[in-house]
Amino acid sequence: MRIGVVTFPGSLDDRDAQRAIRLAGAEPVALWHGDHDLHGVDALVLPGGFSYGDYLRCGAIASLSPIMTEVIDAANKGMPVLGICNGFQMLAEAHLLDGGLIRNEGGRFICRDQQLRVENTSTDWTGGFTTGQEITIPLKNGEGAFIASADTLARLEGDGQVAFRYLGVNPNGSLNDIAGVTNARGNVVGLMPHPEHAVEAGFGPDTADAMRSGTDGLTFFTSVIERALVGA
Amino acid sequence: MPTIVVEVMPKAELLDPQGKAVAGALGRLGQTQFSDVRVGKRFEITIDGPADAAALAAVAELADTVLSNSVIEDVVGIHVVEPAN
Repeated sequence: MRIGVVTFPGSLDDRDAQRAIRLAGAEPVALWHGDHDLHGVDALVLPGGFSYGDYLRCGAIASLSPIMTEVIDAANKGMPVLGICNGFQMLAEAHLLDGGLIRNEGGRFICRDQQLRVENTSTDWTGGFTTGQEITIPLKNGEGAFIASADTLARLEGDGQVAFRYLGVNPNGSLNDIAGVTNARGNVVGLMPHPEHAVEAGFGPDTADAMRSGTDGLTFFTSVIERALVGA
Repeated sequence: MPTIVVEVMPKAELLDPQGKAVAGALGRLGQTQFSDVRVGKRFEITIDGPADAAALAAVAELADTVLSNSVIEDVVGIHVVEPAN
């Protein structure tokens, strides 16, 4: 399986995402924001970072990039797309996911290992989790507060489109503790925390077993690979 | 050349942490008569040619689709500023 990672001006975690894909057992393909070419990939990751310096709104200018024409088209045809942090913001700006991300309540940039509860295991990126599973992956952003209108929020909750919820103290004021959402079809998933930073023992979050041994993020990538194998 | 000004504000019902931080600073300066501050954006778009109905329609469209995100913001004003002679 070949999974594309789009690099935008100001992307930071594109190489980490490529590495996570490789560790999960797929081939990462570097894609460029200025191209109109997905190079025949089977899935896509929009990585974290600060594209265009967060100018205008986080992810807004990147969501208008040339390659986003192809990304939006592929997403609407069912290709698995994962947006991480700034990538989530791009998916929201591109209207592939509902809601929006605003500055953290309290105004602080937050960087910490974050516990999450997996709420939806039927998406392309969460099939390897069990419903209600508690996972820990790093969270690091300044504008991660998820908001949506009351109607949209009710629909997301009613239709099971909340994919991940923050556990413990809400870090940023996200409504209903929402850390990540999926589209109705389950192929497009976005979340603020970073699964690609929790894929290899020695470099992940601390766990009860050992320091930096957390690899909960790897399941995002193995899930999409397994889904592709089942579908093939 | 005329300038078309677009003003965008965070939705009134949303928390505006930036405004809250500014309001806090005002309070610390002893300016306690101000109860709230909200921070928005002002875009000044220069146009080659007249700011006619077509240009304003184009800006209105861009204001809704690019300059603002209707999930989190409202376009609160679009107006033309003619250059001073």
